[in-house]
Amino acid sequence: MNDSVTSQDADRTADASPIVRLDRVDKHFGNLHVMQEIDLSVAHGEVVVIIGASGSGKSTLIRCVNGLEPFQSGRIEVDGKTLMPNGASGKSLQAVRTEVGMVFQQFNLFPHLSIRDNVTLAPRKVRGVTRDQANAIADKLLERVGIADQADKYPTQLSGGQQQRVALARALAMEPRLMLFDEPTSALDPEMIGEVLDAMRELANDGMTMMIVTHEMGFAREVADRVVFVHGGQIVEQGPPEQLFDHPRHERTQAFLSRVLKH
Amino acid sequence: MEFNFQFDWQAAIASLPFLLKGLPYTLLISFAGLAIGFLIGILFGLMRIGPTRWLRWPAVVYVEVFRGTPVLVQVLFIFYGLPTLLGGPINALTAGIAAIALNAGAYISEIVRGGVQSIERGQREAGLSLGLSPPQTFRYVIWPQALRRMIPALGNQGIVSIKDTSLFSVIGVGELVRQGQVYIANTFTALEVYFMIALLYLAITLSLSLALSLLERKGLVG
Repeated sequence: MNDSVTSQDADRTADASPIVRLDRVDKHFGNLHVMQEIDLSVAHGEVVVIIGASGSGKSTLIRCVNGLEPFQSGRIEVDGKTLMPNGASGKSLQAVRTEVGMVFQQFNLFPHLSIRDNVTLAPRKVRGVTRDQANAIADKLLERVGIADQADKYPTQLSGGQQQRVALARALAMEPRLMLFDEPTSALDPEMIGEVLDAMRELANDGMTMMIVTHEMGFAREVADRVVFVHGGQIVEQGPPEQLFDHPRHERTQAFLSRVLKH
Repeated sequence: MEFNFQFDWQAAIASLPFLLKGLPYTLLISFAGLAIGFLIGILFGLMRIGPTRWLRWPAVVYVEVFRGTPVLVQVLFIFYGLPTLLGGPINALTAGIAAIALNAGAYISEIVRGGVQSIERGQREAGLSLGLSPPQTFRYVIWPQALRRMIPALGNQGIVSIKDTSLFSVIGVGELVRQGQVYIANTFTALEVYFMIALLYLAITLSLSLALSLLERKGLVG
């Protein structure tokens, strides 16, 4: 894990081309225009936090990056592979998914598998790693997210915060080049939010490229290299967290922030 | 009215050796039919919800035809009707197994469809997001969970099909009911014999229920 992160760090200075590039990506749900010709690039090692009201299209945006949501026009490049509109990506779809990890709001752990097997399934079946090697990787990652002692349990036996950290370890086991987070703390009890954010913060400090949809504004301000505000399927404003949170230029951004920061 | 009939336990016990000759047929038709029906059910159930659109309508037609007609008519059609088409007789045992397989298969394909569709969408998304291919996601993530949820309904169908085999006395398979009818024709002990037959069916279905509840409990650990 650490090796790949270091080499990625080296890439960041040498390779200025973005790891993710959305080019005029457009998506409709029937009459609803959920993404309006979105352009967005993410550099290697960059942490981009996407904020916006519910229904603004921010989750849809990151779900397009690993092809969980089809889009109708435009294109998305992820680490040199291209996702095409209307599900016409062919083989590059699975190739992208093996290199992009995702953490979901509802964790989506596999309830029929032990914690360890949740983490080892994809490395074994996709990468062909042996069970012993995969177990070693899993134990290391579970230790890293602080749940090494729960490896033989099943997901339902863990708290929400623990489950979400397992979900993080499961995604990291594929050694992703990019991590997507879709409201990773929204389904958690308040006292468990911190432990998940801590694990994500650590990952960001290790140099992982991350796209994060969240309502945790304090976390966004602290961890993000760039904050993107989405409204009505459009990127309204983006910039470094200090700028976007303290001096938002667009009135929609101001209205949104005044609502969420009051709480 | 005077009630002067006594249940004759000795006659009941005496019928057992003859009745038990039918047990292997009942079990064979039931379990061979159900095993094949399960495979048919998986095939058609998955065709119905699979990504290939043109495979859906044959699955719908199959389910509606075999769920919508009586299993008795199905077996009569196979045993008496099909030979006219095929130009040769069909063994009664084969006809019985085929009827159970086709009939149970129709119900099981609906069970399979419901089981697979009951798995939360997030499970599939998690599998795909990890780089598993859609077939891998199905095999390692969706199917094991769906199968577990299907157990109660499959048990139900198993019990229904086992009881359905009693109808096949009409085509002369020497299963439990047929054996009983032959025995009664000679001894006139209908009360005792049908009572014993009922007990034998209960023994089979209760064993199945028990086995499935053990399986389910073991499975629920996950």
